[in-house]
Amino acid sequence: MTDAPTLPNSLRSGPDDRGHFGQFGGRYVAETLMPLILDLERHYRAAQADPAFKAQFDYLLKNYVGRPSPLWLAQRLTDHLGGAKIYLKREDLNHTGAHKINNCIGQILLAKRMGKTKIIAETGAGQHGVATATVAALFGLPCTIFMGAVDVARQQPNVFRMKLLGAEVVAVESGAKTLKDAMNEALRHWVANVHDTFYIIGTVAGPHPYPQLVRDFQSVIGDEAREQILEAEGRLPDMLIAPVGGGSNAIGLFHPFLDDTDVEIVGVEAAGEGLDGKHAASLAGGRPGILHGNRTYLLQDEDGQITEAHSISAGLDYPGIGPEHSWLHDIGRVRYEPVTDEEALTSFQKLTKLEGIIPALESAHAIAAAERIAPTLGKDKIIIVNCSGRGDKDIFTVADALGVKL
Amino acid sequence: MSTRFAAAFAKPHPALVAFITAGDGNTAANLDALVAGGADVIELGMPFTDPMADGPAIQQANLRSLAKGTTTADIFATAAAFRQRHPDTPLVLMGYANPMTIRGGDWFAAECAKAGVDGVICVDVPAEEDPELGPALRAAGIDLIRLATPTTDTARLPAVLNGAGGFLYYVSVAGITGQQQAAQASIDEAVARLKAATDLPVAVGFGVRTPQQAAEIAKVADGVVVGSALVELVAQHGDAAAPHVEAFTRTLANAIHSAKEIAA
Ligand SMILES: Cc1ncc(COP(=O)(O)O)c(C=O)c1O
Repeated sequence: MTDAPTLPNSLRSGPDDRGHFGQFGGRYVAETLMPLILDLERHYRAAQADPAFKAQFDYLLKNYVGRPSPLWLAQRLTDHLGGAKIYLKREDLNHTGAHKINNCIGQILLAKRMGKTKIIAETGAGQHGVATATVAALFGLPCTIFMGAVDVARQQPNVFRMKLLGAEVVAVESGAKTLKDAMNEALRHWVANVHDTFYIIGTVAGPHPYPQLVRDFQSVIGDEAREQILEAEGRLPDMLIAPVGGGSNAIGLFHPFLDDTDVEIVGVEAAGEGLDGKHAASLAGGRPGILHGNRTYLLQDEDGQITEAHSISAGLDYPGIGPEHSWLHDIGRVRYEPVTDEEALTSFQKLTKLEGIIPALESAHAIAAAERIAPTLGKDKIIIVNCSGRGDKDIFTVADALGVKL
Repeated sequence: MSTRFAAAFAKPHPALVAFITAGDGNTAANLDALVAGGADVIELGMPFTDPMADGPAIQQANLRSLAKGTTTADIFATAAAFRQRHPDTPLVLMGYANPMTIRGGDWFAAECAKAGVDGVICVDVPAEEDPELGPALRAAGIDLIRLATPTTDTARLPAVLNGAGGFLYYVSVAGITGQQQAAQASIDEAVARLKAATDLPVAVGFGVRTPQQAAEIAKVADGVVVGSALVELVAQHGDAAAPHVEAFTRTLANAIHSAKEIAA
């Protein structure tokens, strides 16, 4: 359909200059937004070439976010599973408790560069909303967060956090009232306020250049993990595993390893109640289409109407996936596996008891996949799992699922 | 340009371009009411689950239509039946990229041609993504109607006009449908700028709700688009909306059709 990707030797050189990863990606936005998207791209290119931008980004990641995040050898989990050695990349230890802040730091620096004075964002689990509200507070910019009304109800602690941080939280009542609808509403607000507002998109979705710039900001995860595993083990891992909602934590871990063909890469999609029931696995259960500014795999009916996703994890409850993941799926570089609500709940509890780490429900999906895979691999193998966030935000959801009254 | 568009914009007065959502209320009756009330061009909205560029009125219309089970096949059937009843009124399908491209641009263009559709407006396929629909539509003789907005600067305008047909739709406010109204001075200035750059007729829409507003715009533009105000009548009156739609359309058409005489 579109140009072949210009990737003679490297899987890391995408997207092309029109924002395409193979047939995926692109800039499917209303004309009102188009000039702004082009402007954003120009500013991003300039920022990339500016050592001062990188220096400021690195300074904030180190001193504000607390990077590098540790790479933790989960010995008790490893012993319990009796197979490959499992390392956890501890994004849960970042300021605000997830990987989301890496991207927010990068984007708010871009917003400042562009002279924008207001910040908006969409959020599902509330992690991206909290991270955005946090950087907005840090830079003294007013901030509005769009959040589906269903998510507002199931992520109350994060809603309160955002408000404490000074953000206005708009509960979105349209559609299924979850992440997809929050993104629609954020886009509607943006289109009416393009002159002064910067939209901090929380994952590797949206129109080009968002999937690229979010990936670049999140790649610190994989860059660090690579260095850390070389130091700890003197070699690269055999496998990477990360949960995939839109796919930002996953691509952040994966991207620096894409050209290391000996490293197997596994993305974990939320299978909800199972692939024949309600789920959020766009690759396993969807097909290519256009939503939120890019072409990618989507859950949809035969007329191209988007169907509602379901996952116990609000951060994975999205009917699409970042376009680069769609491409990595189609070319076979990354394997995507489904994990159900129930499996994630079990792993949530297991990691908590074995390692003293309460993972986010999103991250628990990746742990579940590791539990499935590790025992099938020899003890000489090494797996890095992205612990993308901490689970404090999820304790009410988990209690509810376990029938516990708090 | 299709001959129906050419004829509609060759009339001695500006055109009323009237929008309703397919599958919302009694669509066939409402379409007839638009024609009877004096609409010169009809835009039929294709419902989508995620209408990112629409305000609450059209969002709700989309959801009402989809809740009734409206399919793409139903919409083409509605269009084809309209074409049978109204051989001369230009018909435009307006909607979002995913329903239009899910079976391929060629399929969509062929269905449009079969149903007697004259033009297509796709909100989220900007000039940069033209290959998605543009070549297929042009090959099938369907006009791809492009949008220009307050953010479309002079440098960008030629790209927007390249491959455009039918008429140029000027979105008068940076925003979503059915909300703010633009300052008349900004519309005058923008229409002058657009008309200097293209021979296509220029129609102005977004936020136009009253005959007074429509008449003001019609003094400078070739057409005025009204959508949300009509869709709200369908919301209010349901299956019995047609007489209300016709009456309101007539007040709009009268205001628009006589605007230039009054001005002169
Ligand atoms: C902890 C955590 N992990 C993963 C995700 C999924 O997002 P992404 O796929 O963009 O990393 C979220 C989203 O809210 C999250 O909070």
